[in-house]
Amino acid sequence: MYKYTDFDAAFIKERNAQFRSQVERRIDGSLTEDEFKPLRLMNGLYLQLHAYMLRVAIPYGTLNGRQMDKLADIADRWDKGYGHFTTRQNIQFNWPELRDIPDMLDALAEVQMHAIQTSGNTIRNVTADHFAGAAADEIADPRPVAELIRQWSTDHPEFQFLPRKFKVAVTGSPNDRAVTKAHDIGLRMLERDGVAGFEVIVGGGLGRTPMIGKVLRDFLPREDLLPYLEAIVSVYNLLGRRDNKYKARIKITVHENGIDDFRARVEERFALIRPQFGGIDQQLLAGIEADFAAPDFKTKPVADFEAAYTNDPVFRSWADTNLTDHRAPGYAIVSISLKAHAATPGDATSAQMRVMADLARDYGHDELRISHEQNVILPHVHKSDLPALHARLKEAQLATANIGLISDIIACPGMDYCALATARSIPIAQEIATRFDDLKLEHDIGPLKIKISGCINACGHHHVGHIGILGLDRAGVENYQITLGGDGSEDATIGERAGPGFSADEIIPAVERIVMAYLELRDAPEETFLETYRRIGLAPFKAALYPEVQADAA
Amino acid sequence: MPKAFTPKVVTANHLLKGDVIYQTATGWTRDLAEAEVLTDEADADLRLIDAAQQVSLVVGAYLADVDTAGGVPKPTHFREDFRARGPSNYAHGKQEDLSNV
Repeated sequence: MYKYTDFDAAFIKERNAQFRSQVERRIDGSLTEDEFKPLRLMNGLYLQLHAYMLRVAIPYGTLNGRQMDKLADIADRWDKGYGHFTTRQNIQFNWPELRDIPDMLDALAEVQMHAIQTSGNTIRNVTADHFAGAAADEIADPRPVAELIRQWSTDHPEFQFLPRKFKVAVTGSPNDRAVTKAHDIGLRMLERDGVAGFEVIVGGGLGRTPMIGKVLRDFLPREDLLPYLEAIVSVYNLLGRRDNKYKARIKITVHENGIDDFRARVEERFALIRPQFGGIDQQLLAGIEADFAAPDFKTKPVADFEAAYTNDPVFRSWADTNLTDHRAPGYAIVSISLKAHAATPGDATSAQMRVMADLARDYGHDELRISHEQNVILPHVHKSDLPALHARLKEAQLATANIGLISDIIACPGMDYCALATARSIPIAQEIATRFDDLKLEHDIGPLKIKISGCINACGHHHVGHIGILGLDRAGVENYQITLGGDGSEDATIGERAGPGFSADEIIPAVERIVMAYLELRDAPEETFLETYRRIGLAPFKAALYPEVQADAA
Repeated sequence: MPKAFTPKVVTANHLLKGDVIYQTATGWTRDLAEAEVLTDEADADLRLIDAAQQVSLVVGAYLADVDTAGGVPKPTHFREDFRARGPSNYAHGKQEDLSNV
């Protein structure tokens, strides 16, 4: 993985010292809150419903054991012993005190981490496929490119005050695990006639106006990436609406101007600035790529794995659900679920963080990833180590076998923490997971993604959930709208709204009716919920959701 | 016709801790039950101005509706209920510590 240069280390040190001074001046009254707020947001510090929240970047979701240990230390020393992993591959600490933030940032800097550009109207933490560098279906590792983009965008003088926040995602696989089509810019690595490049997608996003991104360039040679990105963002910076924050995202810019007009402006700008990128960026990229060299994979028998798989049904269930094919023979990608039934999606205790760090060191070439689905990945584990690893996960209550199943729910913090939220998300996720665990149906139901947002900003990605749930405030009462058929993959689709919303008491039975209808309606156990939905459409599910309407019509 | 003024409290977040606080007649408290209930609009506006000026102590002061039917102020909206009570997934925040500022 990437290691800080002397420049990086000095930059972070100076930046932290600057923020320490700003915090001191806020506390002694020299700075008002209006003056301080943009400064704290530039350093990832929010003031939420109950407390401050520090959002720490985990660039492209990659970290090592020492970094995970440091996150655990921070959780213990300055928070309440846990952290919350988010859909943006960040970690959030929910209870820090203002005076401690500079010390927290210094502690992060000790392990080459920071909170810069995790907030504000700037290019945010660059995200990537959480199986990067390991997946069997991968064309190329997207992380060096993501790191290049991080370096280019960090404190980029032109892009610190964009019309709105700006999110970039990169995938190196045809199977999109980075939701690239729901980002301001999505980059899909391709190879055409032996030349490496990208499909460039622009103007995707969820929120109050969900849109699937449009193809801006179907093939962009790799060496043109940074100047092309710079062209896109500078056109958006000029053209994007600043009169209305709800119309400020690039998706609206592209929609209002049309993709052809937007493309023409980008190409014009690109032609102008391309010569300024004289190849330094490619030299940088080559250096970064060396930092992402694949580990030294072992060759050894997998008999221990096969024996455990045959003889231990608990291990087999976990292996069937939580392992993914690795590109190296004898290896597997391990997804550690942070969705134990009734737990808060994405939360890990400091003890669990340390266990995951130890497991990465002992079995996983000291690599960890955070997924946008709020789980933790050990990308390179030899199959012979899996039985021992599974036993240690069980001890730490991290062996829930539910990746991709109904209880593997994305849920934003909702009104339990977020100042913007209009309803709670976490208890709904907890109740759904508990309900289907009680019914013992989870594995029969098979792949099914439920995503829950506590407000229209859609941090929980509900629009691309197979079942999406949006929490709203309806006349002072929590109300939950359901969307169906959303998909965040390479076939990205915005879900269809099913009808009127449900109260907090009604939403779990409503989800249950949808799932029971699916079990009745599917062609065969192999047909997934999404396949069934695409085959038969919304109407049968709507009938199951609103039986009283059916009765009235009869 | 102007809407009748309903009882309110001044609430904010504490600058250093960030947690939810309420104005009393003489200072601030973390317990909504101890908050000063404002029944006169002019009074409420003055108390809010007073709170907003305490920049070294509070952040984001505003007036929140309360129900005084039981003799002590209670939230009328679920958002204020969560602010007064703390999150629902852990016994953190208010549920841990209701000591005064």
